[in-house]
Amino acid sequence: MSDTTETRAGGDTFGFIRRNIREYGILFALIIIMAFFQVVTGGILFRPVNLTNLFLQNSHIVIMAVGMLLIIVAGHIDLSVGSVAAFVGALAALMIVKLGLPIPVVVVLSLMAGALIGAAQGYWVAYWKIPSFIVTLAGMLIFRGLTMWILQGQSIGPFPREFQMIASGFIPDFFGPDKPNTLSLILGWGAALIILWLQVRNRRREETLGIADEPFAFFVAKNALIFVALAWMTWALANFRGLPNVFIVMAVLVALYAFLSERTTIGRRIFAIGGNAKAAKLSGINSERVVFLTFMNMGMLAALAGLVVSARLNSATPKAGVGFELDVIAAVFIGGASMSGGVGTVIGAVVGAFIMGVMNNGMSILGIGIDYQQVIKGLVLMAAVIFDVSNKSKS
Amino acid sequence: MDPILEMRGITKEFPGVKALDNVNMVVRRGEIRALCGENGAGKSTLMKVLSGVYPHGSYDGEILYNGKPMAFRGIPDSEELGIVIIHQELALVPQMSIAENIFLGNEIATRGVIDRHETNRRTAELLAKVGLRESPETKVGELGMGKQQLVEIAKALSKKVDLLILDEPTSSLNENDSAALLRLLAGFREQGMTAIMISHKLNEISQVCDSITVLRDGATVSHHSGMVPESQIIKDMVGRSMNDRYPPREPKIGEVVMQVRDWTVADPLREGRMLVDNASFELKRGEVLGIAGLMGAGRTELAMSLFGRSMGDFRKGSATIRGKEVDLATVPKAIKAGLAYVTEDRKSLGLVLEDTIRRNIPLANLKGISTRGVIDRHREGQVARDYRKQINIRSSSVDQVMANLSGGNQQKVVLSKWLFSEPEILILDEPTRGIDVGAKYEIYTIIRDLAAAGKSIIVISSEMPELLGITDRILVMNEGRLVGDMPTAEATQERIMSIIIKSGHNLTEEDITPEEIEAEVAHV
Repeated sequence: MSDTTETRAGGDTFGFIRRNIREYGILFALIIIMAFFQVVTGGILFRPVNLTNLFLQNSHIVIMAVGMLLIIVAGHIDLSVGSVAAFVGALAALMIVKLGLPIPVVVVLSLMAGALIGAAQGYWVAYWKIPSFIVTLAGMLIFRGLTMWILQGQSIGPFPREFQMIASGFIPDFFGPDKPNTLSLILGWGAALIILWLQVRNRRREETLGIADEPFAFFVAKNALIFVALAWMTWALANFRGLPNVFIVMAVLVALYAFLSERTTIGRRIFAIGGNAKAAKLSGINSERVVFLTFMNMGMLAALAGLVVSARLNSATPKAGVGFELDVIAAVFIGGASMSGGVGTVIGAVVGAFIMGVMNNGMSILGIGIDYQQVIKGLVLMAAVIFDVSNKSKS
Repeated sequence: MDPILEMRGITKEFPGVKALDNVNMVVRRGEIRALCGENGAGKSTLMKVLSGVYPHGSYDGEILYNGKPMAFRGIPDSEELGIVIIHQELALVPQMSIAENIFLGNEIATRGVIDRHETNRRTAELLAKVGLRESPETKVGELGMGKQQLVEIAKALSKKVDLLILDEPTSSLNENDSAALLRLLAGFREQGMTAIMISHKLNEISQVCDSITVLRDGATVSHHSGMVPESQIIKDMVGRSMNDRYPPREPKIGEVVMQVRDWTVADPLREGRMLVDNASFELKRGEVLGIAGLMGAGRTELAMSLFGRSMGDFRKGSATIRGKEVDLATVPKAIKAGLAYVTEDRKSLGLVLEDTIRRNIPLANLKGISTRGVIDRHREGQVARDYRKQINIRSSSVDQVMANLSGGNQQKVVLSKWLFSEPEILILDEPTRGIDVGAKYEIYTIIRDLAAAGKSIIVISSEMPELLGITDRILVMNEGRLVGDMPTAEATQERIMSIIIKSGHNLTEEDITPEEIEAEVAHV
């Protein structure tokens, strides 16, 4: 532990990647997996129609993964999300189809119901210190049961077109119906530019302070890659049917939660609680309230996912959302979160969700049976965690 | 001279660091050897090489044991030859009994079925050897640290031991337990056992050790057979002379800042027992107030109960700061009232170990780096860099992970965290435990400068010379009560010890005779 000064600006690229292998490894893994399936599927993976499907099919996992990331970082787990999603989906179906309530009201009530469920579970976890595994395992059973009870074992549907649009609609184009979808292009490219600008601005500030850690070449390559990927994806989607509504929802949520986790005091508190609960408490952090809110938030996101799923399937079914919790938790762990809490990133969890999504999609295109698919996904999860652990013990 | 152990030219490298650089050490049969050095000097690494934690081949150099070259592949190899190491952090399972712990991994069993009678009988024998009067079936978690350390030694004795290695065996023990442990070691020496003891406590070394090896920066810097003055050892350890172990200061003590009245806290586990019993005291501006006492005297309990009732069941008492009664019912309220508490146990209570310096420092004052709940990362970095520079946190950058810092530097980060919360009253609980001599001096300097800047500081410490060296006034605590209050100028170790002993009735269970008390007082 020598007393070296901070002379790292513009260090060598390779060394930097090695130091931050966990952070970038997951992104490289996604790129490699995408490239692999792009080749073996003969270019089907990146076709606009398939790309659109990829987003539609995985939106609910991404929506829940950002909430689950916070739960896991706080040192907890939520097994109930699949059941809660199904329950809220059923509740929404009841309100729309049977009661004929207006859609916006239903959406608000559904999200409130989700938050209430999350709060109820969070209450026991946070204030009574009952292990979250137990509380949410109970929740998983309870809300699955209630879903079946509400639906009386039947499916409820179909929904009005307006509701379906949540999951399968595309943003309208105010500039006329011709392709490409101009509004999509503006939004997509605008977002890409804003991201680029934020990165450059941050880099500048770091440089003036002399604390820039990333080598310059790496900074340029990384941001060029992200910019080109976003711009190209926007172009591809705009030339098909435009950006899906749910894509916008997802993008906003990811940006919001990434910001929340990294840049706000509440985010910092969640990380501190997961990293060392006792130290956090002695630092004056109200851990109970933070954990409670984290669960409440998860319930709300599960409800949103429930709405998206039932809108996409155009019905609420008793079996909806079975196994979602496992996909969501797997995505978070593939994304580098630590089982013991305190470590993880929202972007990592999202990338983890897309790794699972691309593999599902790619393997389905190839016609690989569901049996092999499960085995392969299990192996990937295991590999990600082993990579993590071996990486940690090396450093 | 009959060497039991010779280590020749031991060199051990970790990626980027040379932890040991050509270390040589010869240990005579039947002696107690002290191994000294600052944190990070390589003491523990050397002992890990010796015990096979780092297997043969992962280091350079040669180990001769009883004259024969050794190539240990792991701990079982070295244990088989009678080399047993007791680590600083105790490796006991608190939920299991003493007997179960002692024979853990080495059970007395026939075909997998444990013989409980034989286990308990052998345990009772071992406990008699180490002088621990407890039932073999007592759960280890119910024992105090001193007794746990004895269980650890009994566990070592359950194996065939010729060379016992102890890594800071007294670091978490109070004066009484430390003295008992050292007597025990001296007794083992009579029976022909050889021991290597890693220690920071020079008074203990001079008490029982026959010779001293000093390591610095991974190399042997000196070897003394027989006793040498402490100042010489310190000089060898830090590489410079340290005549003054405490920075000079001129106290500027002002008006009373805090008053605590009849503070009483009950033990939540034992009905009717008080952790803190009617404690009343005053703290003045610019004052460094020491609290002396044995382990379990209630000092930490007093501090933590003041700091947001973080320990025990609050019963009664009031606290006023600058004449106004303050509500200290929760940690956020205590922080708001101007209190800060630096815990005794920085790893489990003070830090997020897996996180960086930058993110640990603002934790108690996130408001200080954020606007409406949004953290200003540049400000955060600036704050961290300022503290790193100001109080000399030795690290590669503020983005270094806490777990990779030495104890002294971790402590400086905890201090920074609380300094950034801008308290008026800073309670430091064992601020220099497990910290090397150089870093201790730096911590003392920080304390001095804070007092000079008008802060009021309470220092809880089990090292009496430290209290005598840095405080203005000393409170003595025993069995939850404040039993003494004197200006430091009038305090001596003997006086403090005799106050403790005269005030206590709990010592009867230890059966300490007047002669032993005298011996005790003479040692500390």
